[in-house]
Formats: sequence, C-alpha cells, structure tokens
Amino acid sequence: MGKLLVGERSVVVPGEKIAEGLDYLPAHGAYRKDDHILAGKLGLLTVDGRAVKIIPLSGRYMPKRNDVIIGKVIDVMISGWRMDINCAYSAMLSMKDATSDFIARGADLTQFFNLEDYVVVKIVNVTSQKLVDLTTKGPGLRKLYGGRVITVNCNKVPRIIGKQGSMVSLIKNATGCKIIVGQNGIVWLQGEPMSEVIAIQAIKKIEEESHISGLTERVTEFLEKSCGKIEPRESSEEQNDEQSEEAQEEQQEQ
Amino acid sequence: MTYTKRLDGRKQKEIRPIVAKAGVIKNADGSGYFKIGNTVAYAAVYGPRELHPKFLQDPSTGILRCNYNMMPFSGMGNRVKPGQNRRAKEISLVTEKALLPVVDLKEYPNAVVDVFIELPQTDAGSRCAGICAASIALADAGIPMKDLVSAVSVGTVDGTIVVDLDYFEEAYEEGEEGVADIPIAYIPSTQELSLLQMDGVITKDKLVEALEIGKKACEEIIEIQKNALKEKYKISGEDNE
Repeated sequence: MGKLLVGERSVVVPGEKIAEGLDYLPAHGAYRKDDHILAGKLGLLTVDGRAVKIIPLSGRYMPKRNDVIIGKVIDVMISGWRMDINCAYSAMLSMKDATSDFIARGADLTQFFNLEDYVVVKIVNVTSQKLVDLTTKGPGLRKLYGGRVITVNCNKVPRIIGKQGSMVSLIKNATGCKIIVGQNGIVWLQGEPMSEVIAIQAIKKIEEESHISGLTERVTEFLEKSCGKIEPRESSEEQNDEQSEEAQEEQQEQ
Repeated sequence: MTYTKRLDGRKQKEIRPIVAKAGVIKNADGSGYFKIGNTVAYAAVYGPRELHPKFLQDPSTGILRCNYNMMPFSGMGNRVKPGQNRRAKEISLVTEKALLPVVDLKEYPNAVVDVFIELPQTDAGSRCAGICAASIALADAGIPMKDLVSAVSVGTVDGTIVVDLDYFEEAYEEGEEGVADIPIAYIPSTQELSLLQMDGVITKDKLVEALEIGKKACEEIIEIQKNALKEKYKISGEDNE
C-alpha cells in the first residue's frame, strides 16, 4: 500500500521523496523513480485522487493555449506582428487573426498595431518548438491606449484575479481604475494618476503576501485606508466583459 | 610525521560551518547564497530566455550556461583579476557539466538558462560552493530538476583523509606524502558523481575511501540546501483557497 511521505499542500524541493509505492501516480512536476515518486521542481504539493502534482511557486511564464495575455509589439512583419509576451519565446499575431477588415496587399500594418503598442491577445496555438500564435478576435481582446503597464510574478496571477475575479474587481471598485490582468504576468491599468498608484500598491501587496491567509481582508483594509469606504460601483458594460473574461481564465487555472 | 590534527581544529570528517539562503537577489528569476567556512558564493539564475547569438540555439532542448567569477578582492589580499581566464573558463565548464544531469530543459527548446556565480570571498572549495549555490538558485527559479546537487572537496593531507579542505590545508607543504584535493559533486537520488577532479597524488584505496566519505558529507549539505529553499517558501504552505 502506497503512502504519502510529506503532507499535502506543503512545499517540496527537487529530488524530495513525495510518495512510496505504486498506488500514486506522478502528474505535473513529479516523476517516478523505482518505488518512489520524487519532486521534479520546487512547488506546492497537491494530491488529486491518485495523481500527485506540484504547483509551481516560481518560474517564468510558459505560453499555454487559450490564455489571455498582454503582449508588446516588437516587430512589424510582412503579414503580421511579432510580440513580446514576457517569456523566452516571442509570439506571432498574423494579419488574418488580427482583424476582419480588408487589408490591401502591401498595406502599412502599423496603422493597426505599431511598435511598442500593448495589445490584449489570446493564445491560439503553441507548437512543440514553442512557436506561439495569437489572436485579437474575441471578447475583451483589443489594443490598449494609455494607462500603465506593470509586470508581476505570473504564478501569482490567479491570486490577483481571485475567485471569479473577486480580487481584481475589489481593486477596480475601490480605485475606479480599469485593470486587465494577463496570464503572463503583465498587468495594464488606467485611471486617475493617484488611484493608479494605489491600485499598483494593492497588486504588489497581493503578489508579496499571497501565501498568508486572510489576504482579501488585508487588501480590503488597505484599499479602505487609501481611498475611503468602498462603494459598490455601477459597472459599465466593458467592465463586465473583462470580468467574465477573467473569471473564465480563473476557472481554467483551477 | 603524519597529519593527525587539522590546522583549524576540525575533526577529520567534519565540514566547515555552512549558511545557505535562497532568493537573495530580487532581480533574478532565482538566486542562492552559499557560505562554507570563509568561502562565500552567490548564484543568480536568469531564464529560460531567448538565446543569442542564434547559432548557439539547440532546437531539441534548452541549454544551460554557467559563468564562474571570483571578485577582485576575494582572495587572500592579492587582487584577483576578474573575468574570463583559463581557470574561470574551466570551472564554468565543469559547473555546467555538474548541474546538467539534474536539470531538464527539454521543455524550453532554443532557449537558455543563465547561471551567474560570483564569489566575494574565497578560502578553497570555491567551485563546490558555486555548484551548491547554483543548485539552490536553479530550484528557486522554478527550473524542472530531478534533484538538487551538492558539492564538497575531499582529499588527503600528508596521507590523512580529510573532508572540505581549506586554503591552508591545500597549501600544506610539511609532510612527505603531499596533498590531494578532489572536488566532487553528488546527486543523492541516483547516488552519482557529476564532478570529479583532482590535484595532487593519492593511492587507489584512499581515493575510494575518500569518495565514500565525500558522499556522506554531500548528504549533509543537501539537507542544508533543502532547508534554505523551504525557509524562503515556508509560509506558502497555507493557501487561502
């Protein structure tokens, strides 16, 4: 009979023996060696039925199909754009996935997206060689104008969004900022300069303290102190769109 | 005359006191600090990231690139010339080879993981300290790894087997049998050695015995490395879900 050698939800380091016997199966981040299951990376141990997997706590973003991310245009090519997506690989946004408008042959593509533009995009496909294809067709996918862009640890993105987007809407309501959180750890926000600063502070706070329980209470407290009592804000249509988008993302993460 | 009492009063199989930490360099994707006796090593890991120049890229796997550097003031008072030299190149290479068996970069084709090892203070055993620090840093950076690597030097001083030689032992000249200094790196889960070098002369029997003692010392060190990593992520155990 197999048994776990370390407690569930504890931190494991590479090479640590997690389980014994053949009853458990190694899933993401774990591997089998003879009779034992060993950790293959640093992370949080979770057990799902017989499967033992490790949730990473650190590391760069790895592109995944259907992720909604924020990218920066780094090159304009003959039939599309090359984008930096905060990982080891750049991604390709082809003309046909970018717009349904008619584009004449040889037209200047910078009129759609120019260098240095930030765009909310969705990953359509990732090949084994990590060639990443993007699209801007879909709800909430668009070019970003103005605002600020900050980078956070991509492993903390689910915490920043919160369950059903609860955490991010808390910040949105308190500060009145528009916020878009990309799965690749790039966050775009726009609002009054002062409230932008508060929103950034709140996001940094979540990033740093995400592992300590009672996070929502502390963030609420911080926001109330910085911008007064939080009034439930009448939500614009656009905001609803974004929220549902992020909620979907969150569910996929789980 | 044999070397019965070690110069710094340690026991024959005793390693110098160790301090290890993870996450000491905030800008890096992962970092480690490893101090053994008076030898101090910092390691910073960046990546996986895009590899340039392009001809170095490998489409079948990501590559590991190590850089070992002693700081100018790190020696015994004489300025050490920093940067690439024959010795630093060799150590960078053996460090890379020592770490490669455990890291799995298959998931990152064409990319590179850069490891920078800096030594602000050295007192022998610097490549071993560098490997220990790099191993902590790689794990901290979330790189897929089969195991951690630990390293230590073993050897003989005038015929006596000792573990973790310091500078004065390496330079011991009084005996007739001379000094052998053997840095090793050890992978506990497979019980393999991934680094084995030697300076000096040693008999076969003593070599075998010394390696066994070295492996035991490495098992001790690996626990310290594990604790350093767990210390950084300690409170992560509870999640507010």
